[in-house]
Amino acid sequence: MIRVENITKRFGNYPALHGIDLEIQAGEFIALLGPSGSGKTTLLRIIAGLEFQDEGHVHFNGEDVSDIPVGKRNVGFVFQQYALFRHMTVADNIAFGLTVRKARNRPPKAEIKARAQELLRVVQLEGLGDRYPGQLSGGQRQRVALARALAIEPSLLLLDEPFGALDAKVRKDLRRWLRDLHKQMGLTSIFVTHDQEEALELADRVVVMDHGRIDQIGTPEQVYMEPATAFVSHFVGETNRLPDGRHIRPHDIEIVAEGRDRVMVDNVFRKGGSWRVEGRLHETGTIVEIDIDSHDTPPAVGETVAIAAKRARIFSAAEQR
Amino acid sequence: MTRKTRKVTPGTESRTAQVLLITLALAFLAFFLMLPLIAVFSEALKQGIGPFLDAVANPDAFSAIRLTLIIAAISVPLNMVFGLAASWAITKFSFPGKNLLLTLIDLPFSVSPVVSGLIFVLLFGAQGLLGPWLSAHGVKIIFAVPGIILATVFITFPFVARELIPLMMEQGKEDEEAAVSLGANGWQTFWHVTLPNIRWGLLYGVLLCNARAMGEFGAVSVVSGHIRGETNTMPLHVEILYNEYDFVGAFAVASLLAALALVTLVLKTVLEWRFDLHSGARH
Repeated sequence: MIRVENITKRFGNYPALHGIDLEIQAGEFIALLGPSGSGKTTLLRIIAGLEFQDEGHVHFNGEDVSDIPVGKRNVGFVFQQYALFRHMTVADNIAFGLTVRKARNRPPKAEIKARAQELLRVVQLEGLGDRYPGQLSGGQRQRVALARALAIEPSLLLLDEPFGALDAKVRKDLRRWLRDLHKQMGLTSIFVTHDQEEALELADRVVVMDHGRIDQIGTPEQVYMEPATAFVSHFVGETNRLPDGRHIRPHDIEIVAEGRDRVMVDNVFRKGGSWRVEGRLHETGTIVEIDIDSHDTPPAVGETVAIAAKRARIFSAAEQR
Repeated sequence: MTRKTRKVTPGTESRTAQVLLITLALAFLAFFLMLPLIAVFSEALKQGIGPFLDAVANPDAFSAIRLTLIIAAISVPLNMVFGLAASWAITKFSFPGKNLLLTLIDLPFSVSPVVSGLIFVLLFGAQGLLGPWLSAHGVKIIFAVPGIILATVFITFPFVARELIPLMMEQGKEDEEAAVSLGANGWQTFWHVTLPNIRWGLLYGVLLCNARAMGEFGAVSVVSGHIRGETNTMPLHVEILYNEYDFVGAFAVASLLAALALVTLVLKTVLEWRFDLHSGARH
């Protein structure tokens, strides 16, 4: 179990984290979700021991590791750009964590080699052990970085924007594969992402961060359906904010025959399995996005329609961040 | 001269300009670089190979060559270590005074070598700040080999660091962080991760440092005292021979220095080629 207690961090005059509290259970898959500058990567690096907090504590299984450097925390860290050692073969990269151990803790050479081969199989790169990182594709490099981090049998796996440098198709495949791997190996993992779709799809719980604070911790269902703040509502999924203070998801708006709110349609296009209608509120010109089932007929561009909310949220002043 | 009567299209005009510019550049290179180089070797071998070999084998010339090699053998490894340490500190850590350190590293480049030499005379010379104390303890620095080494180390300090800092800056510190996160200690990280990443740049910096250490004239001239057979390096020896109208001798020793420059140039080209290849295959 990981417990993060009242972590505060400043970089010069720039406050990166304010009083972060977080508890993670063994076996959980956690997403730290937020825009750039939200402090999510800093929090990940502090949990890893690559960066140190100004105030607060980090506990691993009840042990205070606040001042222990990364090499002694037994965490696997996967870097955004992978940070593979380019002059070493893939197999040597994976074995690195074992070969640098002190002689008395180091497995025999044959065993290290066998372990590297086994990990190559786990990450589905059998037969590529003699290649160099420069000869691999982005997705393959990512899996080498993962295998290298897993080689030291970490108690916690940390991934910094693990899919950030990959193209959309590879990203999707790797995502599914990583979630399966996490379950199979019984890992406890935390990953950082700015992509809400990624967070909702992969994580058991999502930690939504903004400006160095945690806005909400919850299951993907909770953060999507019951956003705690206006920020979460806008960052996780799309939200229309109407002048009267209501926050409404595009798919929670329906077009009705008669209504108080009237929208002038500017644009209609297909978005995945539904129609996306973009328009402006008659009175204020506020932009409104509406999703309509693809089997229904969308309004025409230039038409004015009445809308009604099937479900809306109103946030208190404290939740208006 | 041919007169241009034909209508000039933009294409042919730029072609003419091209040829003109290239010819100009080649002529400049030939006049300022190739010609002197040829002159050095032809003057050295003017009276045949015999006098050339005699001049090189002359005891004073021999001692100058020996001293130059000793100076390089001491100052180059020192500056390799200093340069590595400075680049490592500047690129992998943040600390107060970092910018000042960066500026200080460039100091030897911005100060005239003669002034650099004078600094050491003012510090360690007989009338210098530490002079009386040093002579009381029988330590001789100025007009002796230690002074020449000091001056050379000072002059050649920036070469390795200047080569490594941009390279290490660009590489960032993720590789080192990855190594440390996998349990490597500082030495293992340096040896297995940092050094292989910078080896070509380091070698290149050492090469330039070596060329300058052997060829330095100004600063060494001030601190050496020009004692024949004792404190004369090759560049100083060339000057003395030339002033004594021993042209064959002067050019013979000079040709050795020139040969060193050529070897450095070839090695540098080979390194750059390897280096490009290496960094090109990185991503």
